[in-house]
Amino acid sequence: MSDSSAVHGAVAEVHPHEHPSYQRHHFETIEQQFDTTNFAMWLFLLTEIMFFGGLFTAYLIMRNWYYPAFVEASHQLNVGWGTANTAVLITSSFTMAMGVWNAELRRKGGLVLCLVLTFILGLAFLGIKTIEYHEKWEKYHIPGIRYSESAFLNPASDPEVHKSYPDDKPLAPDMAAHTEMYFFLYFAMTGMHALHMIIGIAILGFMIFRARAGAYTTGHVTFVENFGLYWHFVDIIWIFLFPLLYLISRHQ
Amino acid sequence: MSEQARHENENHEHHIVSPIIYLAVGAALLFGTGLTVAVSYIDLGVFNPIIALGIAVVKATLVVLFFMHVKYSTKLTKLTVLAGIFVFLALIGMTLADYISRAWGRW
Repeated sequence: MSDSSAVHGAVAEVHPHEHPSYQRHHFETIEQQFDTTNFAMWLFLLTEIMFFGGLFTAYLIMRNWYYPAFVEASHQLNVGWGTANTAVLITSSFTMAMGVWNAELRRKGGLVLCLVLTFILGLAFLGIKTIEYHEKWEKYHIPGIRYSESAFLNPASDPEVHKSYPDDKPLAPDMAAHTEMYFFLYFAMTGMHALHMIIGIAILGFMIFRARAGAYTTGHVTFVENFGLYWHFVDIIWIFLFPLLYLISRHQ
Repeated sequence: MSEQARHENENHEHHIVSPIIYLAVGAALLFGTGLTVAVSYIDLGVFNPIIALGIAVVKATLVVLFFMHVKYSTKLTKLTVLAGIFVFLALIGMTLADYISRAWGRW
């Protein structure tokens, strides 16, 4: 066998069959490319889990230390808004999953519709969050900037919450001061979550334009698939934030 | 990688989750949300946070398995997800062990 035919044989081995144009040349098969990007996306999501994990751990420890303050501070949250937001976010995860399905079946119209619905539901979530944040601003519950402990030193001074939680006792001044830590963690956790939502919505806006141009309905669904993973991850964070911040301290 | 394992992987790649499954999972997640809110109105003492977190874990598992396709993914992805959860729990566990034991015997 001559050298030239050996080289020719090597080339034939690198490209044994036709492959889609979106397959990068350093991948052997499109499956390998998909596995690699999927693996990489999950590694990124693991770093995100560790990042939010620090906040969850801080909340766990602080809640144990300053339990009465965290209980009464959490009574300031509106369970109705929290439930509505959870439903909105779960529905947006469903529309995103349907978007991936439409992309896989190369249905452009369906994909664009699903992405637009996900975009709108994401904005609805942020809208409800804005209403909640605004309420905190009006009630002087912004830690470090605009804070008052009066609702915890004297629960009767906040008739709306006092009506729902008549058993709330006045907190001693040193414990009432720790309610600020609850709101600090509330804003840190929901704020970081909202930042992830804002980034996700921005990417969704970009994707809607690209999807209308037919970018994701060629069989190359990696971008939609991996964005879906990100969006569902943000949903999972909220699935834990909602009970921890809103629900678990309703009694005692 | 054996030829059979490669074949299995390829089967995994081409799995398209049906909209019926997405609909069922979405409905289950909304049901779980309603359930966790309803349970929070009942005074169960120490079990309130335990049940709330239990429901949240079930909901998150549904999202990971079906919306995030991990049930239909390669072994590599499954191992990655499990390793992540394990490290996350180990880090929380070690942190709590420190907070619990630091002043041990001095209270």
